[in-house]
Amino acid sequence: MKKFLSLLLALSLGAGLLSGCVSSRPTEGSDASGEDSAASGGVVNVYNWGEYIDESVLADFEEATGIHVNYQMYDSNETMYGKIAGGGADYDVVIPSDYMISRMIAEDMLEPLNFDNIPNFADIDPALLNPAYDPENLYSVPYMWGLLGVIYNTTMVDEADIGSWDLMWNEKYADDIVIFDNSRDTIGIALKRLGYSYNTTDEAQIQEAVDLLIQQKPLIQAYVMDDIFSKMEGGNAAVGTYYYGDFLTMLENNPDLAFYIPEEGTNIYVDAMCILKGAKNKENAEAFINYMCSTEAGLKNCEAIWYSTPLLSVREELDPEVSGDVYAYPDESIMAQCESYAGLPQATLDLYDSEWTRLKSAS
Amino acid sequence: MKKNTVLSRAFLFLMFLFLYAPIFVLIVFSFNDSKSNAVWGGFTLDWYVQLFQNQTVLTALRTTLLVSLLATLAATVAGTAAAIGFSSMRRRSRNLCLTVNNIPLTNPDIITGVSMMLLFVFAGQVLADLSAWLNAQSWAEQANLWFNFSFNLGFWTLLIAHITFDIPYVILSVLPRIRQLDPNLAEAALDLGASPLTAFRKVVLPELMPGIINGALIAFTMSIDDFVISYFTAGSQVSTLSMVVYSMVRRRVSPEINALSTLMFVAVLVLLIAINVRQARQDAARQRELRSAGRV
Amino acid sequence: MRSKGAAIPYVIWMALFVVAPLVLVVIYACTSRDGTPTADNFSVMLQYAAVFGRSFWLAFIATVVCILLGYPMAYILARERGRLRSMATMLIMLPMWMNFLLRTYSWVFLLERNGFFNTLLSSIGLPKLDIISTSGAVVLGMVYNFLPFMVLPIFSVIEKIDGRVIEAAQDLGASSAQVFRRVIFPLSLPGVLSGVTMVFIPSVSTFVISRLLGGGKKLLLGDLIEMQFLGSAYNPHLGSAISLVMMVIVLVSIGLMNRFGEGEGEAVLL
Repeated sequence: MKKFLSLLLALSLGAGLLSGCVSSRPTEGSDASGEDSAASGGVVNVYNWGEYIDESVLADFEEATGIHVNYQMYDSNETMYGKIAGGGADYDVVIPSDYMISRMIAEDMLEPLNFDNIPNFADIDPALLNPAYDPENLYSVPYMWGLLGVIYNTTMVDEADIGSWDLMWNEKYADDIVIFDNSRDTIGIALKRLGYSYNTTDEAQIQEAVDLLIQQKPLIQAYVMDDIFSKMEGGNAAVGTYYYGDFLTMLENNPDLAFYIPEEGTNIYVDAMCILKGAKNKENAEAFINYMCSTEAGLKNCEAIWYSTPLLSVREELDPEVSGDVYAYPDESIMAQCESYAGLPQATLDLYDSEWTRLKSAS
Repeated sequence: MKKNTVLSRAFLFLMFLFLYAPIFVLIVFSFNDSKSNAVWGGFTLDWYVQLFQNQTVLTALRTTLLVSLLATLAATVAGTAAAIGFSSMRRRSRNLCLTVNNIPLTNPDIITGVSMMLLFVFAGQVLADLSAWLNAQSWAEQANLWFNFSFNLGFWTLLIAHITFDIPYVILSVLPRIRQLDPNLAEAALDLGASPLTAFRKVVLPELMPGIINGALIAFTMSIDDFVISYFTAGSQVSTLSMVVYSMVRRRVSPEINALSTLMFVAVLVLLIAINVRQARQDAARQRELRSAGRV
Repeated sequence: MRSKGAAIPYVIWMALFVVAPLVLVVIYACTSRDGTPTADNFSVMLQYAAVFGRSFWLAFIATVVCILLGYPMAYILARERGRLRSMATMLIMLPMWMNFLLRTYSWVFLLERNGFFNTLLSSIGLPKLDIISTSGAVVLGMVYNFLPFMVLPIFSVIEKIDGRVIEAAQDLGASSAQVFRRVIFPLSLPGVLSGVTMVFIPSVSTFVISRLLGGGKKLLLGDLIEMQFLGSAYNPHLGSAISLVMMVIVLVSIGLMNRFGEGEGEAVLL
């Protein structure tokens, strides 16, 4: 009897749960969930890099539109990809870098944007339109861009040693060097030092690069992402590589820091806002993207994180000292040294994953 | 046994220094008017003010408390029922159940977390496929039904995960109590005309109570303290306090985190003292009762 | 109380949320990305033998250190009486209740190159201590976090040792060293075993401690698994295979240890 009762209980519980999942069919052409949430303002789930926004912009957006922002952060393109590919995450807006966008387009993870809902797109620098990672510009709206380079502490590093990627392998600074904790940037540094392209698919070249990094491993103090801020600002490490915008932020807190672009060349990147396939709040997501492209939000963000803005109106409003900064808005001669990351074929991506694990697990 | 020497007390003191010095340094620096983690820049309460304005931390605190309370409640009820059920099983099946019950206890947390994440994601996909298939059926179209079983990682999966790793603790602390239970007691109650339910409520349950409360306490502690399993099963919508701390320490560290540590330390300290005082009072009362009973 | 039925919901629950997830891990471990069965995930793992070695070695050292520090601590505590003892037990439990990440973070705070310790050391003219991002720091983090899990089970076992047994040994002429070696220590073994379980398992599978205190350099099994699921090298199939192997090694060694210690290790909880 008891057995029967508990079975009944379990079944009725199950039925109760199910009943919430059955409804009448949505009528043609309308997006049921979108309408529901638009009425109450609804939500938008945003997944962005850490330290990559002026958080007051989120509050401004909520006030202006009544849409609530669920804001979460990741520390690298690869972590973001893992979280989304693993399933179970439901974000609407993500802000990956160029090469990751082309991977996500290839794997059908992104939703084409409705640019009618993003009028501020007109303000984007034409030089950044129809980029290689999104040739027809269907999926992405640039958020910020910039250069990657070497940051060093002038009180700890001899000026004679700077100038190339070799500094990252200089035994004088053993245990005082920090490097990226993501495969693309770190392997990229070694590829550049060897004189190869960032976008090589040659297995031998990539393995050679990782061997070089394994050699370097005893000199490394830590593999870092945003923890580099406390490492460099606190003088806990002498040499590191990171993005120029973040260097400017660090400089505010530690005037001893300096930045240079290695002579072998470096990476120029664009991080762009995209909407994930099957996003539940697509219209809200477009409203969010549009808001981020407004002059007001763009300026606030730009002055908080110091990355280079793709918005022409924001660039005009910026302090001339900032907009004239050659590393923030590089001229032809610097651009000539830069290469961007391109999307890689699946075989190379798999190789990156396994080589990265080989590097990290080496002793 | 012999009394402790000065030397052994000194050892004890050193060990406590080891356990507490780091926490105290954090507490002191939570009042530091500088972002540096080494130089003292004067006294301030700014970090506490900032902490209380930090929406992420507050939301996470709410989530943590809610999940822990709900999971404890569910696990206590289910665990007690299961323990009672286990004890009346035949030896063979009981041992099998206890072995499975022990898996989440002995398995490394990361494996529990990862495996549950796989399950939830898998189930989500299967249900999404199922609803798509159902929606394509002609009878569903005729009946104007729309199926949407799909779900994502979130509060509910987090709660299920917590309940799952809490229940074994409850069972393990209730089972010994059941073994000590005198079967005649319940029978006597039945003989005296109590219904089985009344007999359970009035006779059996009070006997089990200390074990149940103990189990609930352990379950609650485990839920509050958990990071690893939550990290894998919470998905994108919710974060527990531990998850927020993890992302805080991996970004640019703000002394807010020291303020948070201080508050948690104080909260735990107050809780423990309260429990201890209550215990001491009960012990004293019992002793008084015993003494007066002895005199009469 | 003939009420087997009360366990049925939980049995179903266990099948769904304990057994089924592990079955999925096995399935993932034995398939490749496109779903075909393969043993590659296991053969690839040979590459990571170093990580297995390092994890088990560091966890072993941490466990030994915990025994060396925790046993005397529990023993001394158990010999204390009255107020001091109840206060001391409370003081051991207290850090356990404080968030594990915050406890780990406190050491990052102390050990950082220009952190609290080094500033203190250099202000009194001593050389700096370069311990952050080394295996030493990782072991320190493990010991600091899990020491209470060693002390408490041993303490609760020693506390319950019948004083008359010890008196009997003394009456029969045993020296205090003999009493300890022949009576107290053997009787306290179940506590030690359950302490070992409670220190070793979280140590061998941690990814937080190695990430925060090891600078991401001293990769442990936990890091390796986390990397494959939510980290920088997405491959849940490899991750499942590593999890499976780790689980089997851990469960087998715990099983052997409990057999060796005649079970009952589980009896002491918290």
